[in-house]
Amino acid sequence: MQEAPFDFGAEANEFAARQTGMGAVVTFAGIVRDLGGALDHMQIEHYPGMTEKALRSIAEDAHARWDLGGSLIIHRHGNLRPDDMIMMVAAASRHRKDAFEAAMFLMDYLKSRAPFWKKETTKGGADWVAARAEDEDALEIWQR
Amino acid sequence: MDVLYFAWVRERIGLPRETVEAGAATVRDLVAQLSAREERYQAAFADITALRVAVDQELADFDTPLIGAREVAFFPPMTGG
Repeated sequence: MQEAPFDFGAEANEFAARQTGMGAVVTFAGIVRDLGGALDHMQIEHYPGMTEKALRSIAEDAHARWDLGGSLIIHRHGNLRPDDMIMMVAAASRHRKDAFEAAMFLMDYLKSRAPFWKKETTKGGADWVAARAEDEDALEIWQR
Repeated sequence: MDVLYFAWVRERIGLPRETVEAGAATVRDLVAQLSAREERYQAAFADITALRVAVDQELADFDTPLIGAREVAFFPPMTGG
Protein backbone atom coordinates (compact mmCIF):
# COMPACT_ATOMS: atom_id res chain seq x y z
CA MET A 1 0.00 0.00 0.00
CA GLN A 2 1.43 3.36 -0.93
CA GLU A 3 0.40 6.83 -2.00
CA ALA A 4 3.55 7.46 -4.05
CA PRO A 5 3.90 6.37 -7.68
CA PHE A 6 5.88 3.21 -8.42
CA ASP A 7 8.16 2.25 -11.30
CA PHE A 8 6.45 -0.71 -12.96
CA GLY A 9 9.52 -1.80 -14.93
CA ALA A 10 11.86 -1.57 -11.94
CA GLU A 11 9.42 -3.40 -9.66
CA ALA A 12 8.90 -6.15 -12.26
CA ASN A 13 12.67 -6.55 -12.75
CA GLU A 14 13.41 -6.62 -9.02
CA PHE A 15 10.62 -9.15 -8.49
CA ALA A 16 11.97 -11.39 -11.26
CA ALA A 17 15.53 -11.08 -9.90
CA ARG A 18 14.40 -12.26 -6.44
CA GLN A 19 13.14 -15.56 -7.87
CA THR A 20 15.19 -18.72 -8.20
CA GLY A 21 14.27 -21.64 -10.40
CA MET A 22 11.15 -19.94 -11.71
CA GLY A 23 10.51 -20.30 -15.44
CA ALA A 24 7.66 -17.76 -15.65
CA VAL A 25 6.81 -14.31 -14.32
CA VAL A 26 3.45 -12.75 -15.20
CA THR A 27 2.80 -9.08 -14.41
CA PHE A 28 -0.28 -6.90 -14.69
CA ALA A 29 -0.62 -3.13 -14.26
CA GLY A 30 -3.89 -1.24 -13.73
CA ILE A 31 -3.97 2.30 -15.16
CA VAL A 32 -6.39 5.21 -14.64
CA ARG A 33 -8.64 5.56 -17.73
CA ASP A 34 -9.24 9.12 -18.92
CA LEU A 35 -12.94 8.54 -19.75
CA GLY A 36 -12.50 10.00 -23.23
CA GLY A 37 -10.68 13.03 -21.85
CA ALA A 38 -13.39 13.86 -19.30
CA LEU A 39 -11.59 12.66 -16.16
CA ASP A 40 -9.83 15.26 -14.04
CA HIS A 41 -8.68 12.92 -11.26
CA MET A 42 -9.50 9.73 -9.42
CA GLN A 43 -9.47 9.45 -5.66
CA ILE A 44 -8.79 6.03 -4.16
CA GLU A 45 -9.94 5.52 -0.59
CA HIS A 46 -9.05 2.43 1.43
CA TYR A 47 -9.47 0.95 4.89
CA PRO A 48 -6.04 1.10 6.57
CA GLY A 49 -5.44 -2.09 8.52
CA MET A 50 -8.06 -4.18 6.77
CA THR A 51 -6.56 -3.50 3.32
CA GLU A 52 -3.20 -5.01 4.26
CA LYS A 53 -4.90 -8.05 5.85
CA ALA A 54 -7.17 -8.59 2.84
CA LEU A 55 -4.27 -8.38 0.36
CA ARG A 56 -2.17 -10.76 2.43
CA SER A 57 -5.05 -13.23 2.66
CA ILE A 58 -5.69 -13.07 -1.11
CA ALA A 59 -1.99 -13.70 -1.77
CA GLU A 60 -1.97 -16.62 0.71
CA ASP A 61 -4.97 -18.14 -1.09
CA ALA A 62 -3.09 -17.87 -4.41
CA HIS A 63 -0.01 -19.55 -2.92
CA ALA A 64 -2.16 -22.36 -1.51
CA ARG A 65 -3.75 -22.94 -4.89
CA TRP A 66 -0.85 -22.68 -7.33
CA ASP A 67 2.81 -23.65 -7.26
CA LEU A 68 4.25 -20.13 -6.87
CA GLY A 69 7.78 -19.02 -6.11
CA GLY A 70 6.58 -15.54 -5.21
CA SER A 71 3.87 -12.94 -5.66
CA LEU A 72 3.69 -9.16 -5.45
CA ILE A 73 0.81 -6.70 -5.04
CA ILE A 74 1.37 -2.93 -5.10
CA HIS A 75 -1.72 -0.70 -4.79
CA ARG A 76 -1.82 3.08 -4.54
CA HIS A 77 -4.30 5.28 -2.72
CA GLY A 78 -4.94 9.02 -2.76
CA ASN A 79 -5.41 11.23 -5.82
CA LEU A 80 -4.40 9.88 -9.21
CA ARG A 81 -4.45 11.44 -12.67
CA PRO A 82 -5.42 9.87 -16.02
CA ASP A 83 -2.76 7.42 -17.24
CA ASP A 84 -1.24 7.06 -13.75
CA MET A 85 -0.61 3.51 -12.66
CA ILE A 86 -2.99 2.46 -9.89
CA MET A 87 -1.64 -0.95 -9.04
CA MET A 88 0.32 -3.94 -10.20
CA VAL A 89 0.48 -7.64 -9.46
CA ALA A 90 3.18 -10.16 -10.30
CA ALA A 91 3.27 -13.92 -9.94
CA ALA A 92 6.25 -16.22 -10.43
CA SER A 93 6.06 -19.93 -11.03
CA ARG A 94 8.01 -22.76 -12.59
CA HIS A 95 5.47 -22.87 -15.44
CA ARG A 96 3.49 -20.17 -17.22
CA LYS A 97 0.00 -21.60 -16.60
CA ASP A 98 0.28 -21.26 -12.82
CA ALA A 99 1.76 -17.76 -13.12
CA PHE A 100 -0.99 -16.56 -15.50
CA GLU A 101 -3.80 -18.07 -13.45
CA ALA A 102 -2.45 -16.80 -10.14
CA ALA A 103 -2.04 -13.25 -11.52
CA MET A 104 -5.63 -13.31 -12.76
CA PHE A 105 -6.86 -14.68 -9.43
CA LEU A 106 -5.03 -11.90 -7.53
CA MET A 107 -6.63 -9.29 -9.80
CA ASP A 108 -10.12 -10.77 -9.62
CA TYR A 109 -10.07 -10.92 -5.82
CA LEU A 110 -8.49 -7.57 -5.14
CA LYS A 111 -11.06 -5.89 -7.40
CA SER A 112 -14.00 -6.93 -5.24
CA ARG A 113 -12.65 -8.34 -1.95
CA ALA A 114 -10.08 -5.76 -0.89
CA PRO A 115 -11.43 -2.56 0.73
CA PHE A 116 -10.77 0.05 -1.96
CA TRP A 117 -13.24 2.59 -3.36
CA LYS A 118 -12.75 4.85 -6.37
CA LYS A 119 -14.24 8.28 -6.86
CA GLU A 120 -14.00 9.92 -10.28
CA THR A 121 -14.04 13.70 -10.68
CA THR A 122 -14.99 15.14 -14.08
CA LYS A 123 -16.16 18.61 -15.14
CA GLY A 124 -19.69 17.35 -14.44
CA GLY A 125 -18.94 16.57 -10.79
CA ALA A 126 -17.65 13.74 -8.63
CA ASP A 127 -19.10 10.24 -8.33
CA TRP A 128 -18.19 6.98 -6.63
CA VAL A 129 -17.48 4.23 -9.14
CA ALA A 130 -20.13 1.50 -8.86
CA ALA A 131 -19.03 -2.11 -8.53
CA ARG A 132 -19.75 -4.11 -11.69
CA ALA A 133 -21.68 -7.37 -11.70
CA GLU A 134 -19.04 -8.83 -14.07
CA ASP A 135 -16.38 -8.32 -11.39
CA GLU A 136 -18.45 -10.30 -8.90
CA ASP A 137 -19.16 -13.00 -11.53
CA ALA A 138 -15.43 -13.28 -12.23
CA LEU A 139 -14.94 -14.79 -8.75
CA GLU A 140 -17.24 -17.70 -9.57
CA ILE A 141 -14.75 -19.42 -11.84
CA TRP A 142 -12.34 -19.66 -8.88
CA GLN A 143 -14.97 -21.18 -6.61
CA ARG A 144 -15.56 -24.25 -8.75
CA MET B 1 -17.06 -0.23 19.87
CA ASP B 2 -15.69 1.77 16.94
CA VAL B 3 -17.93 2.16 13.90
CA LEU B 4 -16.24 3.21 10.65
CA TYR B 5 -17.75 4.49 7.42
CA PHE B 6 -16.15 4.59 3.99
CA ALA B 7 -16.83 6.13 0.55
CA TRP B 8 -20.40 7.38 0.06
CA VAL B 9 -21.52 5.93 3.40
CA ARG B 10 -18.97 8.21 5.10
CA GLU B 11 -20.14 11.18 3.03
CA ARG B 12 -23.83 10.52 3.71
CA ILE B 13 -23.37 10.12 7.46
CA GLY B 14 -20.87 12.97 7.55
CA LEU B 15 -18.10 11.38 9.61
CA PRO B 16 -15.44 8.70 9.12
CA ARG B 17 -15.70 6.98 12.50
CA GLU B 18 -17.38 7.18 15.87
CA THR B 19 -17.63 5.25 19.10
CA VAL B 20 -20.94 3.53 19.69
CA GLU B 21 -22.09 2.07 23.00
CA ALA B 22 -21.92 -1.72 22.66
CA GLY B 23 -25.23 -3.54 23.02
CA ALA B 24 -26.31 -4.59 19.54
CA ALA B 25 -26.33 -8.39 19.27
CA THR B 26 -25.77 -8.51 15.51
CA VAL B 27 -24.78 -6.17 12.68
CA ARG B 28 -28.45 -5.95 11.72
CA ASP B 29 -29.30 -4.75 15.26
CA LEU B 30 -26.54 -2.14 15.08
CA VAL B 31 -27.96 -0.88 11.76
CA ALA B 32 -31.41 -0.57 13.37
CA GLN B 33 -29.91 1.26 16.36
CA LEU B 34 -28.03 3.73 14.12
CA SER B 35 -30.92 4.23 11.66
CA ALA B 36 -33.20 5.23 14.54
CA ARG B 37 -30.87 8.12 15.45
CA GLU B 38 -31.18 10.63 12.64
CA GLU B 39 -32.27 10.99 9.05
CA ARG B 40 -28.71 10.94 7.68
CA TYR B 41 -28.18 7.47 9.20
CA GLN B 42 -31.54 6.31 7.93
CA ALA B 43 -30.58 7.54 4.43
CA ALA B 44 -27.23 5.74 4.54
CA PHE B 45 -28.77 2.46 5.72
CA ALA B 46 -31.99 2.66 3.66
CA ASP B 47 -30.93 -0.17 1.35
CA ILE B 48 -28.59 -2.58 3.10
CA THR B 49 -28.31 -4.72 -0.05
CA ALA B 50 -26.16 -1.83 -1.39
CA LEU B 51 -23.83 -2.09 1.62
CA ARG B 52 -21.05 -4.36 2.75
CA VAL B 53 -19.83 -4.80 6.30
CA ALA B 54 -16.62 -5.82 8.03
CA VAL B 55 -16.37 -6.90 11.68
CA ASP B 56 -12.88 -6.53 13.18
CA GLN B 57 -11.52 -5.99 9.66
CA GLU B 58 -12.93 -9.22 8.20
CA LEU B 59 -15.77 -9.24 5.68
CA ALA B 60 -18.96 -10.25 7.45
CA ASP B 61 -22.70 -10.18 6.85
CA PHE B 62 -25.65 -8.53 8.54
CA ASP B 63 -26.36 -11.57 10.73
CA THR B 64 -22.81 -11.67 12.15
CA PRO B 65 -22.88 -11.50 15.95
CA LEU B 66 -21.15 -8.51 17.55
CA ILE B 67 -20.28 -10.10 20.89
CA GLY B 68 -16.72 -9.05 21.64
CA ALA B 69 -16.40 -7.07 18.39
CA ARG B 70 -14.16 -4.00 18.62
CA GLU B 71 -14.60 -2.51 15.17
CA VAL B 72 -17.44 -2.55 12.64
CA ALA B 73 -17.16 -0.88 9.23
CA PHE B 74 -19.85 -0.08 6.68
CA PHE B 75 -19.08 0.62 3.04
CA PRO B 76 -20.33 0.15 -0.54
CA PRO B 77 -19.18 -2.82 -2.67
CA MET B 78 -15.44 -2.55 -3.17
CA THR B 79 -13.83 -1.27 -6.38
CA GLY B 80 -10.13 -2.04 -6.23
CA GLY B 81 -7.71 -2.84 -9.00
